[in-house]
Amino acid sequence: MTFPLPELQATSAANPWSYLVFIVIGFAFGYVLEISGFGNSRKLAAQFYFTELTVLKVMFGAIITAMVLIFIAVGLGWLDYGQLYVNTTYLGPMIVGGLIMGVGFIVGGFCPGTSLVGMVTGKLDALFFVLGALVGIFAFGETEWMFDIWWQTSGYLGRFTLMDWTGQPIGVVVTAVVAMALFMFWGAEQLERQFGQRDLAREPRARMAGAGALLAAAVAVIVIGSPSNTEKYARIAPEKDAILAQRAVQIIPAELFHTMYDDGLELIMLDVRTEADFNLFHLRGANHVPLEDVAALGPELLAHTAPNRVIVVMSNDEADATEAWKALSAEAVPNVYILEGGINNWLSFFGKAEPTLQLLPTAVPVENLRFAFAAALGDRYDSSAPSLIQYESLTYTPKIVLQIQRDKTGGGCG
Amino acid sequence: MATLTKPAPRATQPWTTRLQALLRRPYRDYIHPYLGGFLLGLVLFAAFFLTGNGLGASGGLNRYIVWVEDLFVPNHVDNTPYLLKMAGGDKDPLDDWVVMVVAGAMVGGFTGGWWNGRLKIETNKGPQISVRTRWAMAFLGGALMGYGARMARGCTSGLALSGGAVLSTGAWAFMLAVFGGAYLLAYFVRKLWL
Repeated sequence: MTFPLPELQATSAANPWSYLVFIVIGFAFGYVLEISGFGNSRKLAAQFYFTELTVLKVMFGAIITAMVLIFIAVGLGWLDYGQLYVNTTYLGPMIVGGLIMGVGFIVGGFCPGTSLVGMVTGKLDALFFVLGALVGIFAFGETEWMFDIWWQTSGYLGRFTLMDWTGQPIGVVVTAVVAMALFMFWGAEQLERQFGQRDLAREPRARMAGAGALLAAAVAVIVIGSPSNTEKYARIAPEKDAILAQRAVQIIPAELFHTMYDDGLELIMLDVRTEADFNLFHLRGANHVPLEDVAALGPELLAHTAPNRVIVVMSNDEADATEAWKALSAEAVPNVYILEGGINNWLSFFGKAEPTLQLLPTAVPVENLRFAFAAALGDRYDSSAPSLIQYESLTYTPKIVLQIQRDKTGGGCG
Repeated sequence: MATLTKPAPRATQPWTTRLQALLRRPYRDYIHPYLGGFLLGLVLFAAFFLTGNGLGASGGLNRYIVWVEDLFVPNHVDNTPYLLKMAGGDKDPLDDWVVMVVAGAMVGGFTGGWWNGRLKIETNKGPQISVRTRWAMAFLGGALMGYGARMARGCTSGLALSGGAVLSTGAWAFMLAVFGGAYLLAYFVRKLWL
């Protein structure tokens, strides 16, 4: 079993207890904010006058604690990073919105989460802050159309992690973030001593042990490394092998053909055959990806998701395409299908009218082309993109079912 | 033979007094910030581990507002792309995990305040300003926060905390911007707090 649990990724009336789980998480969230002093605006504002850096300590303490636990779990294969909601990066709105929030923070003394906690514990300033926040949120909903294009596109980078940005492996990034946070804690304590007259000798000694433990855990993330694609698949194999055995994801050439012409779908065709075979013949619009490189496409496909995207993998027969399907499934890429019977099956159906195509007289080994080609025309054969008029009425039972994917604004504060 | 005597009358207190006695618990101090950070980190980890989502606040408030808008002006909601996504057609804007988290957070915050004797009607402010000024500033700051949070697609909880822990580049840029904006302005509004 891998986490996160699929039935808990959104609330659903089918699982009434999914509501309870989120309420319990929220309860713990609110309780911890309160006991940390986040219901008190003066404690929050003190952050910006260096007298008490509680905000920084709690926030970064929480981030690095959760981060090392998450990535240890990911490294051990218990948790699938591909299924965690990583806030989509829109640099423009995030920086401008962040600056506006910074101003709101120092003027109002709260942030939205803490103001709720302040309000329910009787702080009247928090009540006014919540009222203001409601007005601000309402105003954004009513004015977003004025700068819709900017808001939807400025600095859009998709699911863009610090690993993607720096090119460093997860463990190194995690360790660097922990080291940076610990340095900031040290700096914060020096500032508190200077500006807040805090006596550092009276601070608990245990914080040094905690810092050491966090650093050790971060180094452990480096040592554990990331699970390989094969290891990831092994964890989900029982479920996914059943799908393959039911032939729920193997689509016949006719369905792929209709999908090619379906403007409502964004079709990505991945051809995992050898380059020689690809150059001899391939479907128009197909991308050549060697089988061993398919898994590496996972993060890229996750980075820019589209709810109407369908990915079809194909090889000469089905064996290699099935391997490619497993590799993408292990990376949690949704809506991946296999061309049933592969290119050979495609050609035996759509290649019938093609005079230059010759079925080889002798049997060929598995995953070899069963046809002889007069020339390496690539996708310039008629059967590379058969005519919609010629094959207008093809009947089959469609298998492509678009999985509802998480809305890009569905996670986080969405 | 049992004598029928009236039971001694219980000390009758008005219900408000009894409620106050229930609410008043011994005051306890806030926990150490590092311990708070550690506990908050555990909550955040549990949220990601079980559900794949982090925490959130402003998104939940947004959905409460859109729910109200949908009650009164459903046509307007259906014609505004930003609102449509949450409440278009027969979509229920309240059927979302972040709404549950926000509801839970309010109960949790209240419980924390009650258990530790910190429920108190008060206004926290700097010594140099009046209560009314503080309220006005809180409202203004809240409005900016609300607007900015929706623009950035997340607030301190849903973007900085959650996105920071799963290493989203945008979340870290956002965090720098929030602290940057606040520190840049802090000196000029020091009268509000110091």
